[in-house]
Amino acid sequence: MLLSLVSPLMENGATGLPLHAPDGFFSLPVAAAGWAVAVAVVAFAVWRTGKDLNERLVPMMGIMGAFVFAAQMINFPVPGGTSGHLVGGALAAVVLGPWAAILVMTAVVSLQALLFQDGGLVALGVNLVNMAIAAPLLGCAAWWVFRRLLPSGKALVVGGFAAGWVSVMAAAVAVAFQLDWSGTSPLVVALPALAIVHALIGIGEGLITVGALSFIRAARPNLLPTYSAGRTRIVEANQA
Amino acid sequence: MKIKWWIAGYLIVLAVALLAPLASASPDGLERVAEDQHFAGLAQESSYQVIPDYALPGVSNEAAGTILAGFIGVTVVFLLLGGGAYLAQRMKAG
Repeated sequence: MLLSLVSPLMENGATGLPLHAPDGFFSLPVAAAGWAVAVAVVAFAVWRTGKDLNERLVPMMGIMGAFVFAAQMINFPVPGGTSGHLVGGALAAVVLGPWAAILVMTAVVSLQALLFQDGGLVALGVNLVNMAIAAPLLGCAAWWVFRRLLPSGKALVVGGFAAGWVSVMAAAVAVAFQLDWSGTSPLVVALPALAIVHALIGIGEGLITVGALSFIRAARPNLLPTYSAGRTRIVEANQA
Repeated sequence: MKIKWWIAGYLIVLAVALLAPLASASPDGLERVAEDQHFAGLAQESSYQVIPDYALPGVSNEAAGTILAGFIGVTVVFLLLGGGAYLAQRMKAG
């Protein structure tokens, strides 16, 4: 039963992952700018995370990275003969804070390029800017907004969903601009096309983010500092 | 003895990787737009390959190759991030 379900899906073989651009899509100046931004932001994130490291954060970064890698392999179908999967930047940012999340996503996206040939090496800087930097930072911003407006139970559901959706849209919009700057596809064409597909993929991202957060809260609520110690943590983060 | 929560977490993640062969093989968001807008042909192949297409080379069963590739990726990411953070914290403490 399971095998008969699997085989038709496997016929075309595994495909690449959404938003992991291969080499060739971006012009050299755009790729170089992507590398420059990625190196600067990741260096800051290393320094910032180093200050925050504690007994909880150390293994949690490993587990979160492992989960994001596994989840990114599982493409779910969206309407229109397209597929999408969890990016994970928002989930990582809600659980670990934005800076540790940037490092987790950087490790995953870099490994996908180096070991699994998913996403080009020249394009890696741009891919990091989109999936490892823009996705967690903007997802985290959406989370903080809802975390302030709503009581914690509702914030986990509404804020978690919004964080997931916003993180995917942020990355998709970023790709549209980069394709335009590269002369690959004009913004008027690429932006609506990417936005429509990823608005749908973002729904999946939002649902999985809420599911994972609910699972952590049920199994180990003390692993969610932004959730259990919400308001103080938000104030600290805004001051930092 | 109570097992460490992160060992349980690691095992849960391995279980998630078991689902990888069920993944949809439809083109993803960016691939789709690249095909529709006729710039998919710009994509360049990687000049080297280690574990291309998330399937461990040399494994004849496709599902098994995908799951093994998943286990390898999950374990490498876990060791890289957890180990790196552990060393950074020890250096800070020591």
